[in-house]
Amino acid sequence: MAVKVYGKPQAVCPQRVMHCLVEKGVPFEFVLVDIDAMEHKRPEYMEKHPFGQVPFIADGDFELFESRAIVRYFAAKYADRGPNLLGRTAEERAKVEQWLDVEAISYSPCAFTIVFNLFLLPIRGLPGNKGEAVAAMEKLDKVLEVYEKQLSRTKYLAGDEFTLADLTHIPVTRYIVEHCGLAYLLDDKPHAKAWWEDVSRRPAWKKVMSFVASGASFYAP
Amino acid sequence: MGSVTVYGPPISTAVSRVLACLLEKDVDFKLVNVDMAKGQHKSPDYLKLQPFGQVPAFQDEHATLFESRAICRYICDKYANRGNQSLFGRNGGGPAERAQVEQWLEAESQSFNPPSSALVFQLAFAPRMGLAQDPAAIELNQAKLAKVLDVYERRLGESRFLAGDEFALADLAHLPNAHYICAAGKDDMFASRKNVARWWEEISTRPSWKKVVDMFSAPPA
Repeated sequence: MAVKVYGKPQAVCPQRVMHCLVEKGVPFEFVLVDIDAMEHKRPEYMEKHPFGQVPFIADGDFELFESRAIVRYFAAKYADRGPNLLGRTAEERAKVEQWLDVEAISYSPCAFTIVFNLFLLPIRGLPGNKGEAVAAMEKLDKVLEVYEKQLSRTKYLAGDEFTLADLTHIPVTRYIVEHCGLAYLLDDKPHAKAWWEDVSRRPAWKKVMSFVASGASFYAP
Repeated sequence: MGSVTVYGPPISTAVSRVLACLLEKDVDFKLVNVDMAKGQHKSPDYLKLQPFGQVPAFQDEHATLFESRAICRYICDKYANRGNQSLFGRNGGGPAERAQVEQWLEAESQSFNPPSSALVFQLAFAPRMGLAQDPAAIELNQAKLAKVLDVYERRLGESRFLAGDEFALADLAHLPNAHYICAAGKDDMFASRKNVARWWEEISTRPSWKKVVDMFSAPPA
């Protein structure tokens, strides 16, 4: 039975999960949860996901929520397939975990605030809070300065190979760069800019974008 | 086994998270204080350990790490055969078992931590630092935390601990913030929910956590 991914395909967190599955060559069915109609807050959905968020996955009888828990699960389950996304030793894994947590706690909260105020609200015809967006941009810029230092030493965040720590950044960064006009944040950070150009051109990520654009329900490698 | 060093003041919630894990795992460590009032966390020497200028930082003979939850994961992997061996699923349990812990550890980081950290700052640290409390922020974050605890109440009616029948990293990660909230007199948030109250009583009376709390009032090294 194929993996089922529940969510909205344009949303950042489900895209993280799809990217991991595509990197690992794992087929899946994408089951639409109508966020705009608040389906994720209805009792039937909240039976699966008690916080009423997306994504949620079912791998046979095994069910899981939290996109970063999900990608760790698939990266471990399919460790012998596709690129090594978790490192090979305890120390390498720890570096992956470290930068995954930086993304979760320091990078994405700023990035989400920007996307929410400069993209998501405006496309619904609602005013975004420019003050909040600017404050978040300033914070993100400082975080990116640290990334620049790290990426001047290693090709990817956790070392010289692409791992989950890089993967989880991609969907929200694409929104920042392509939909919020903030590509310039990388202009004075040549290593971070090169990193972004590299990771966003990964074939697996391009397949995710094509899949999302196609509106298909089933992905087969 | 080589020397483990943790850098940071033990009263810091993130530092104490790591200390709790080391104590559960029976791993000896040295605690080196970082005087944040004097800006030591922003000194060039400290920034080499933790480039974001936050606490804790961690070193053993193999790795230098930051991000408290990544450090805890590393301790569980690196010292797998010491102390409590079911903090991350059982040794030999597969990806699914570990993923359950990851799911609730992510829930702690993404849903519990933001409102509870804000409350910890307002209730415990602002007064210490001579800063005025913000009643609106307290009310807002209490309301957010209440929603999260409602989800926990349901979960802990199905399961003894968050990820299953064993105390795990997912539960441990909650200890610092919940401790400060209760110590500041807002323990009714936990006590008024039957299953959460039972869980909190169980995890907060573990000998490892009691030792960490003792360290809060010990003179700095």
